[in-house]
Amino acid sequence: MAGMSYALDFERPLLELEKKIEELKTLSHTGAMDFGAEISKLEKKAARLQQEIFSELTRWQVVQLSRHPSRPYFLDYLGHLFTDFFELAGDRHFAEDASIVGGFARFEGLPVMVIGHQKGRGTKENMLRNFGMPRPEGYRKARRLMELAERFGKPILTFVDTPGAYPGIGAEERGQAEAIAVNLEVMCRLKVPIISTVIGEGGSGGALAIGVGNRILMLENSIYSVISPEACSSILYRDPTRAERAAESLKLTAKDLLGIKIIDELVPEPPGGAHRDPARATAHLGKALKRHLSELRAMSPEQLVQHRYLRFRALGSFAGR
Amino acid sequence: MPWFSKKPRIARAEANGKQQPSRMEGLWAKCESCDEIIYRPELEKNWNICPACGHHAPWPARTRLANLLDSGSFLENDTRLEPLDPLGFADAKRYRDRLRTTRKSLGEADAFIGGLGKIDGRTVSVGCFVFEFMGGSMGSVVGEKVARVFERAWEQKCPAIIFSASGGARMQEGIFSLMQMAKTSAALARFREVRKPYVSVMLHPTTGGVAASFAWLGDVIIAEPKALIGFAGPRVIEQTIRQKLPPGFQRAEFLVEHGMIDSIIHRKELRQKLSQVLGLLA
Repeated sequence: MAGMSYALDFERPLLELEKKIEELKTLSHTGAMDFGAEISKLEKKAARLQQEIFSELTRWQVVQLSRHPSRPYFLDYLGHLFTDFFELAGDRHFAEDASIVGGFARFEGLPVMVIGHQKGRGTKENMLRNFGMPRPEGYRKARRLMELAERFGKPILTFVDTPGAYPGIGAEERGQAEAIAVNLEVMCRLKVPIISTVIGEGGSGGALAIGVGNRILMLENSIYSVISPEACSSILYRDPTRAERAAESLKLTAKDLLGIKIIDELVPEPPGGAHRDPARATAHLGKALKRHLSELRAMSPEQLVQHRYLRFRALGSFAGR
Repeated sequence: MPWFSKKPRIARAEANGKQQPSRMEGLWAKCESCDEIIYRPELEKNWNICPACGHHAPWPARTRLANLLDSGSFLENDTRLEPLDPLGFADAKRYRDRLRTTRKSLGEADAFIGGLGKIDGRTVSVGCFVFEFMGGSMGSVVGEKVARVFERAWEQKCPAIIFSASGGARMQEGIFSLMQMAKTSAALARFREVRKPYVSVMLHPTTGGVAASFAWLGDVIIAEPKALIGFAGPRVIEQTIRQKLPPGFQRAEFLVEHGMIDSIIHRKELRQKLSQVLGLLA
């Protein structure tokens, strides 16, 4: 996976057209010939094509975008939206888990706690980050950091981007279910503002373990689901190749979840997805975070706890009283 | 009525997709653990524990509550809650059809029963999973009922007890089912204010989103012998790591060894031990 060169099938026609435009531009620059008219025609075509491809993405296409290897990861946003980052490591029990990164930093000058899942780019980093799949130590580190933030009255901003919890022997032996469960309860009673943003994949319990916020935001092409489309397809259709259909059934896109009021805001991405213009994606995210944080900072500690309680207590869809 | 519930293999294969005939049907039952053939009424009289080897077979939720609580003390609440199909979900079957047929065959509206009861005269807010209902999976109704167990305990300032047996979140309700983990934990977090004990009893099996929320948050966590308890299911782990799991992995005994739960208690001693804990803490 060589970063920017990776292209999804449905992106390819657009990327090829853009490559052609670049070539013509280079030729024009060298002065050999003037392709001005041709270029502007192709640019219009590219804009139209982009509109066509990205205005009606299927849910499976959104799943693919959410996992795009060139998509900005937590540390990319961290580098641009925050200053003064001081990383904190380890769960103080067993290990440091690099699939969750956290520490104090400044957001718009204000000291906050930032915590996020981190995927790797390339094989080596992915080994270190375990493809963004936390082990129990990751959740326990996150909990330690969140309690630390509360002790110092700092707001907590979490960034969710994980395929899910890691299904391994060690993770079970060291109680990953307990680690996730404790985080849910702890997050429910923390007396500081919590904003959780899904920036890529929101994979089940591994995502929720840092996702119990007063606000839940999602980037436009991110997903949040109880189970991956692949696993869902294996279990329900006994056929892992029907993930596309499972993705449709699960209704897991930001648009879906805004529609059923699970999330508070859909943060728009630039045309073609965050990876096509990371700077703009970052700017949109920063603006949304700033607004929500200032709203939450107006609330008292008791109000924050009550607000979070009511927010999650209300979630569900059933008949009768 | 057949003498033995075990059907020939071919018939089983044909029944694929339909509900598999349980080993617990018929006049005689065969113990899953030691293969002992047991006269069914005798097994039931023994709380579905194999008289030969002590294996704890599944025990229906209502029978469990009737036997573990003071006789006639259980009053069920929230009986009007019914599941919906918020996503219009369909796999081999439509979710709403699956709900309807399951309800018809079991006489339960969903996979959880909650209410108030007494143990040795002490009021408890109590709930129990109905594992037969879609693997005890937690959708909106189950999550709501669990939350209400904690809320009733909070109102009454009484202890809470939940008997869990669940494969985890109910996929057919998508993100709603995931959010039940947070919802139940929120209700539990509030219940902690009244400083009454919450005893979590993990039955076979307790996995996924139920294990990773309120079930593992008990002030005291008890399991029945040999119950399978964990987050990821054994099959998923084997597929991921591409090797066989060691024997006994994720069983209650394994969890005690790893410091993950407090105690394994025999079904026949459960009532007395629950009463003891409540007496010490409530």
